[in-house]
Amino acid sequence: MPELSPQRVAVRSSWPRGFAPIAILAALTTLSGCGRQQGQRITVTGSSTVAPLATEIGKQFEQQNPGWRVDVQMGGSSRGIADVRSGSAMVGMVSRALKPAERDLKARTIALDGIALIVNKANPIQNLSDAQIVGIYTGKIRNWREVGGAAAPITVVNKAEGRSTLELFLEHFKLKAPQVKASIVIGDNQQGILTVSKDPNAIAYVSIGTASYEATHGAAIRLLPLEGTPPTLAVVQSGRYPLARPLNLVTRPDPTPPVRRFLDYASSPQVDGLINKQFFVVPRR
Amino acid sequence: MGQGDRLLLTLLRCSALLAGAIVLVILGFVVRESWPALQELGTRRLFSDGSWHPAGPSSEATYGLGPMLAASLAASGGAVLLATPLGWLSALLSVVYAPRGIARLYRGLLLILGGVPSVVVGFWGLVELTPLIGRLHPPGQSLLAGILCLTLMILPTTALLSEEALRQLPAEQLKAAALLGLSRPATVLGVMWPLARPALIGAVLLAAGRALGETMAVLMVAGNVIALPTSLFTPVRTLTANIALELGYALELHRSALFVGGLLHMALVGCVMALAWWLERQEAYG
Repeated sequence: MPELSPQRVAVRSSWPRGFAPIAILAALTTLSGCGRQQGQRITVTGSSTVAPLATEIGKQFEQQNPGWRVDVQMGGSSRGIADVRSGSAMVGMVSRALKPAERDLKARTIALDGIALIVNKANPIQNLSDAQIVGIYTGKIRNWREVGGAAAPITVVNKAEGRSTLELFLEHFKLKAPQVKASIVIGDNQQGILTVSKDPNAIAYVSIGTASYEATHGAAIRLLPLEGTPPTLAVVQSGRYPLARPLNLVTRPDPTPPVRRFLDYASSPQVDGLINKQFFVVPRR
Repeated sequence: MGQGDRLLLTLLRCSALLAGAIVLVILGFVVRESWPALQELGTRRLFSDGSWHPAGPSSEATYGLGPMLAASLAASGGAVLLATPLGWLSALLSVVYAPRGIARLYRGLLLILGGVPSVVVGFWGLVELTPLIGRLHPPGQSLLAGILCLTLMILPTTALLSEEALRQLPAEQLKAAALLGLSRPATVLGVMWPLARPALIGAVLLAAGRALGETMAVLMVAGNVIALPTSLFTPVRTLTANIALELGYALELHRSALFVGGLLHMALVGCVMALAWWLERQEAYG
């Protein structure tokens, strides 16, 4: 028998550590395919922007319809589309309008959101033109002095690849992903808001809903108007905000009656309170 | 061999088989998921592409994993470089120099530090550490911030395992050293170090494995820009941070390329383990 020295045991036990997340993921992807068919169960996957709202709507729906279950999992708008197509989810959450290539699916808009540029509260900048924003994000403008601010290098905060907020931002400013010269890349809105509130020279773009909520709850950030249009929820509702987006639930063109019932509920006035609570905008119905 | 022995042996064999099988299944899964990217892009593009823009239209998409591999190595390497002397010295302090009560208190503190979840370390790094570094050299979220957070997380591993290694040295050898009238420094360098070296290096390699695998804290403080770690102040993205940032949002080739990143990371950890095995052999036969 070989001797069991402490470092042998220790070294061995470190093996699977880094891969636990992958293993869990593997287990989840295998499990997510095989849902139980008893009772009424609606599976919803997709956009992490829509997921919190969909979860709340699901909870309220379950309360009013005993025996029904709404399962919400997040994983990005593209995943929502892919899951509905493959049939592994009944409803997809997509935080943008459907693309021409996605016309095989049907979208129902349950709320509106906009994307706002945010800076630190201490930053004196009140206004940036679209050209200035493009200049900042492509690395042509590197110092706040060049746009009328204090002499300090700009911390450009960008979103990670694959997020629809990034897609929408790039599309609006007619940019391509490789053109953006970022100082920091973030995952979700919260990380962006935290980064900007701690860095007086940072600029980022995040969901208006999340940003307004955090700003009114003490985060040291300020929302910038876009081409003179103030980034408020009222403006988004009026349809005048240039960087707005619909939050959609998508299904196949012929949803089953239970799915249709859930969609009808999610786009009824009964969920207005939930939409307002999440700082999104109730669409015109 | 008695009945109980045989039962225990069977049980042990089964659990060992299970543990081994799980690793193989995970490896197989990662290889299967990364296969499309390996086939379509080839290993050369995965390394020669200078940048990572996997989500765009396929004609413009790039899949360079090189900068992230370098960032993983730099962040973990830096943390190991900092945590190793600190860990070894703190073990020495506990075992040889500190009074028993203080050593015990210190050990307790290290255990608490080791139990701090990585997301908490990351939050602290983002809120307290990166603004400080930012004052020195903006934007603050940087390789340096990643290294410091990782150091904090692997220091307990290094220190506690090294302490264990020193405590398990044969008492006769230490008594012999004392009888020879060796001074404390001479005992430490001439007797303890050569005897404990394999275990001390083992402690460092275990810490290195932990540093490589760490995701959340680095994701929160290192800036996540795809760039070669050319200075301590460059924001970088590690392989693990890349997977955590994008896997939930990736489809098709993008998703598969992320799994190649995972495979690469597995290979990296495998190399560290191979190094551990090789060093152990060197010690045994050299």
